[in-house]
Amino acid sequence: MDWATSLRLTAAEELLSISGLVLLLVAAWSGDKASRAISIAAVAVLAAAAALTAPALCAGAMGAGTSAFFGQVSADSFAAFAKLLIYAASGATLMVAPAFFGRLGAMRAEFPILVLFAALGMGIMVSATDLIALYIGLELNSLSAYVLASFLRSDGRSAEAGLKYFVLGALASGILLYGMSLTYGFTGTTSFEGIRAALHGGLSMGAVFGITFMLAGLAFKISAVPFHMWTPDVYEGAPTPVTMFFASAPKVAAMALSMRVVLSAFGTAQGAWQPIVIFAAMASIVVGALGAIGQGNIKRLLAYSSINNVGFILIGLATGTPAGASAMLVYLAIYVAMTVGGFVAVLMLKDANGEPVEAIADLAGLSSERKVLAACLAMVMFSLAGIPPLFGFWGKFVVFQASVDAGLVPLAAIGIAASVIGAFYYLKVVKIMYFDEPAGKVVGKSGWEHQALLALSALFISPLGYLLTKWLGELADKAAAALFHLA
Amino acid sequence: MIGIEHYVVVSSILFVLGVLGIFLNRKNVIVILMAIELILLAVNINLVAFSSFLHDLTGQIFAMFVLTVAAGEAAIGLAILVIYFRGRGTIAVDDVNRMKG
Repeated sequence: MDWATSLRLTAAEELLSISGLVLLLVAAWSGDKASRAISIAAVAVLAAAAALTAPALCAGAMGAGTSAFFGQVSADSFAAFAKLLIYAASGATLMVAPAFFGRLGAMRAEFPILVLFAALGMGIMVSATDLIALYIGLELNSLSAYVLASFLRSDGRSAEAGLKYFVLGALASGILLYGMSLTYGFTGTTSFEGIRAALHGGLSMGAVFGITFMLAGLAFKISAVPFHMWTPDVYEGAPTPVTMFFASAPKVAAMALSMRVVLSAFGTAQGAWQPIVIFAAMASIVVGALGAIGQGNIKRLLAYSSINNVGFILIGLATGTPAGASAMLVYLAIYVAMTVGGFVAVLMLKDANGEPVEAIADLAGLSSERKVLAACLAMVMFSLAGIPPLFGFWGKFVVFQASVDAGLVPLAAIGIAASVIGAFYYLKVVKIMYFDEPAGKVVGKSGWEHQALLALSALFISPLGYLLTKWLGELADKAAAALFHLA
Repeated sequence: MIGIEHYVVVSSILFVLGVLGIFLNRKNVIVILMAIELILLAVNINLVAFSSFLHDLTGQIFAMFVLTVAAGEAAIGLAILVIYFRGRGTIAVDDVNRMKG
């Protein structure tokens, strides 16, 4: 393999890193007044990177032809699927951020650049096929994310969220890294293919420790129970556009990374990771459903909802089959649409002075004042609960189907039971919006980009989304096949 | 004769000390930053020891990357700590509790 091929395969990453650096120079030169122009340019760069990525997914690229830089990264269809979701979520964040920060006078030119670098790191994460590339991508994403969480410097809650996210994120990186060092030591290689071959015969004690530590570190990053405790605090404290970003893009990236590590690198050691993944899935579903009951802040509620959803996605991982992986990807795509829709709706909840409204009690009677907004938020809630005509149901359905096919019937049964518990708090929000006395709090207006994003995601999760099931399923199957080409 | 197991034992002791340092320390966030560095150094000891044991350079290259990223991580951690201190006037761990639930 020569350098030209490697550079061609990683074109999207090169575009993101070079334009990120150029925009950083522009930001240093012209200051915060250029922040709007830089945001627009960053969205354009993300769109161009998505255009460079899409052909690999459509062609179902996999195998040795997609491997770049001596097996460090692989530009296969699986990476392309995850990257398209990441770029879409990052672009949506950049569209809603200027209005939010602009009102507080805190829109800085660095914001879009940090999002670009985070997207670059996530792109490396999902395409990494070597522990070193994995670590670099993960840290590039995490370091940008720590700064984004504390971006609203004047707000004490934002700084506290950044501090908590930093301490726990660094601990998670440390645990993951310790697992990687043990895995390297006991398999003698850092490449996923080599680890897979080394684990084939049987597991040494050290390798089991390595796998366990790596899974613990990854569970932190996807906020799966028992490593979820940072999520509600960080989601509540971070500025809302950043929360939307955290709930969508890094979650997709960390989940895709876990899929590649577990199914590709540890694919031959299913006995070592399957019990851990099953436990994390069950615990996340239950804790996410129970923890959300009694939350008074809508961002905290959505944080528990995301823990709950991670549990459902992990059911697909627990199966360890191509069908399970494909179901996870379908769920992730629907989850991103629901998350973006939900948080854009939250961003549109403003009082007369333009101050954000975050208390669920203040949503009382929203349906009589803001009919469309209330309808969209209700649709997101119903979809997150997985109630049939909406598209959120399809994600849960394919995951449960894959787990039943793989013989994990008890896991699917617990998942279905917990989703009934979860429906309680989603429906409570709908009840407050539609049947309570109007509080008259939410009166502020929002810009066109909020309305466009909300309309787009509402359309995707509406029953019309079912027109896409065949197409989405085919793309997810292609992506999942790339993950299993070694098997 | 010092074998690979001695290095692994030392690094696991350092790792456990680092993790305990994060959870048991109730005084100062700076101590948490030091504990994080301790964890990363434990990893580096592991990587270099395995690298020399396996006669394979990859581990030492990995250790270089870890060192570089650790420097960046410490810089960002201190920066976040500075804006936190400006807002609250304290960096005691027990006071990091504005959000609960």
